[in-house]
Amino acid sequence: MANEINVPTMAALFAEGKQPEILFWVGCAGSFDDRAKKITKAFVKILNKAGVSFAVLGTEESCTGDPAKRAGNEFLFQMQAMTNIEVLNGYEVKKVVTACPHCFNTMKNEYPGLGGNYEVVHHTQFLKGLIEDGKITLEGGIYKGKRITYHDPCYLGRANNVYEAPRELIKKLDAELVEMKNCRKRGLCCGAGGAQMFKEPEKGDKDVNIERTEQALDTQPEIIAAACPFCNTMMTDGVKNKEKEASIAVLDIAELVANAQDL
Amino acid sequence: MEYLPNIIFAIALVVGIGFFTKNVKKLVRNIKLGKEVEVGDNKPQRWKNMAKIALGQTKMVVRPIAGLMHILVYVGFVIINIEVLEIILDGILGTHRLFAPLGGIYDFLIGSFEILALLVIIAVVVFWIRRNGIKLARFVKPEMKGWPKKDGNMILYIEFVLMLLFLTMNAADFRLQQLGAEHYAEAGAFPVSQVIVPLFDGLSTSTLILIERIAWWLHILGILAFLNYLYYSKHLHILLAFPNTYYGKIKPQGEFDNLEAVTNEVKLMMDPSADPFAAAADDAPEPEKFGASDVMDLNWVQLLNAYTCTECGRCTSECPANQTGKKLSPRKIMMDTRDRLEEVGKNIDANKGEFIPDGKQLLDDYISREELWACTTCNACVQACPVSIDPLSIIVEMRRFLVMEQSAAPSELNNMMGNLENNGAPWPFNQMDRLNWAQES
Repeated sequence: MANEINVPTMAALFAEGKQPEILFWVGCAGSFDDRAKKITKAFVKILNKAGVSFAVLGTEESCTGDPAKRAGNEFLFQMQAMTNIEVLNGYEVKKVVTACPHCFNTMKNEYPGLGGNYEVVHHTQFLKGLIEDGKITLEGGIYKGKRITYHDPCYLGRANNVYEAPRELIKKLDAELVEMKNCRKRGLCCGAGGAQMFKEPEKGDKDVNIERTEQALDTQPEIIAAACPFCNTMMTDGVKNKEKEASIAVLDIAELVANAQDL
Repeated sequence: MEYLPNIIFAIALVVGIGFFTKNVKKLVRNIKLGKEVEVGDNKPQRWKNMAKIALGQTKMVVRPIAGLMHILVYVGFVIINIEVLEIILDGILGTHRLFAPLGGIYDFLIGSFEILALLVIIAVVVFWIRRNGIKLARFVKPEMKGWPKKDGNMILYIEFVLMLLFLTMNAADFRLQQLGAEHYAEAGAFPVSQVIVPLFDGLSTSTLILIERIAWWLHILGILAFLNYLYYSKHLHILLAFPNTYYGKIKPQGEFDNLEAVTNEVKLMMDPSADPFAAAADDAPEPEKFGASDVMDLNWVQLLNAYTCTECGRCTSECPANQTGKKLSPRKIMMDTRDRLEEVGKNIDANKGEFIPDGKQLLDDYISREELWACTTCNACVQACPVSIDPLSIIVEMRRFLVMEQSAAPSELNNMMGNLENNGAPWPFNQMDRLNWAQES
């Protein structure tokens, strides 16, 4: 039923003289990565179901510049940032929601200094808001009683102190939330941050994502929940490395919420 | 001759404090080699951080055993200093137990100092065992070989001996009080040192006075020596933790500063009316160096961070790169920064106040590129630091130098950045395909 999704663009709405309440910032992973695209679609289905007034930038969106900045290329970062800010300000965007903690952090914290002032929320915060407003309901559902462990993305958790919104959503699924040895403020990185996603790791004994996956597996989960497309990739690779992909799924919070509603 | 002890004491005090002041001046000068940075904002929050993190030790107790032991030593150190005040005044004035007229309060104070001294001794022994017996992983990492290891133990030995001298002094004093010796009026309570008193059974008054005086002198001279040891030691944190937590980062941890010099250039590039072929004015300043290859390129708070680091290694033990066997250790970043800064400081001292390039720098001579590129910028080190040190900011500043001044990023990152520049995404996908997902089933 739900394969039809409605994804308005800012340009189209603008042409009709309309202004959506929020901009959904899809991000590069959400736009191009096959795994992350599923997260994007799951989130859009929820937005459609809840009747949220939103739009995407589509082909006018460009990387926030996060990986360039963390790699040390401040020039490229600021070029990206200022170009994006021109587009966003052109559409008079007030509120941005994104499913990527890296986009979230960059736009929320680093864009204001360059002239981009928006209310930026992560999709887990936004989803929590939809539930609180009664726009979607979650009780019961297919995740009832499932053991779910949640991996804190560094750029959502430590970087911006968002620890509870994703956890509250998992609890709303009536699932059993089990915490890893390292969680919240002491959560272990998946290994992708700081532009590591795009390069081979330095020489060591182990890959970071394997270490983190082992911590996750120690909780005997049925599902590893993530809230970042890069963490998702790293944890999925880790689970495959441990040959557990048949029994343990790595899913984004948006996917959990969408699946629970059979979207 | 009657005033000889007072004079010797005064000289020791002046020399001890004078030498310390000289080193503090050097410390301030070295820290000021760093660049200016805006830290005047949100003073209430900064004071609060200092009160909570430095004074209140809130981040120490994240690891409960080390945290509680540390609080014992810290509280002991701070409170026993009231006794040091009395000792100094006694030394100058030639009095004995000047505060004794406080009576019951005095008894309570001396009694508390004794109990604290015992607790400090216990904590110090536990700390020593953790470093040398159990050999906790974070104390035996490669950067802890040599001086850092010796330094860590030396501090424990000094604290142990100082507490022992304090208790010996009190025990001898107590015995002399019991014997009714002249000048040793009954004052103070000695819940701990009375246990040592039986050892002094049968000693004559003059021997006891000798013991009491020797312990008294060694204790105060030891404290003056310890004060002067600070500058050369990780123990400097007992002073610098306060300014460091005040000046520590108060923005969200994920927020990295936007380089202003870059902003100006980018604005110029994006300004349609700017003349791309315009020659720089003759009096135009030298283009600013981007990022850091040496300590002078860092800001002064980062340099203060380096002097504040007490090498506890909590950052390193939380670092995902270090945990998985990579060379990166955030603690080493801080230790290297301090070592290089000291080297630069000595260079300045040797060259009459001017730094003569020595063919060395922080990058490569101290911190390798392999370490810098292993960082995931996850902020675990920043979160773990009990005194608000930010090793990540130094790593990023040095990456900036590598990328923007030297174009020396790993080739895969150059590919990523090339994609970003051309397609607006870190992968080679066309920007025009960015919405294709909406049509795919």
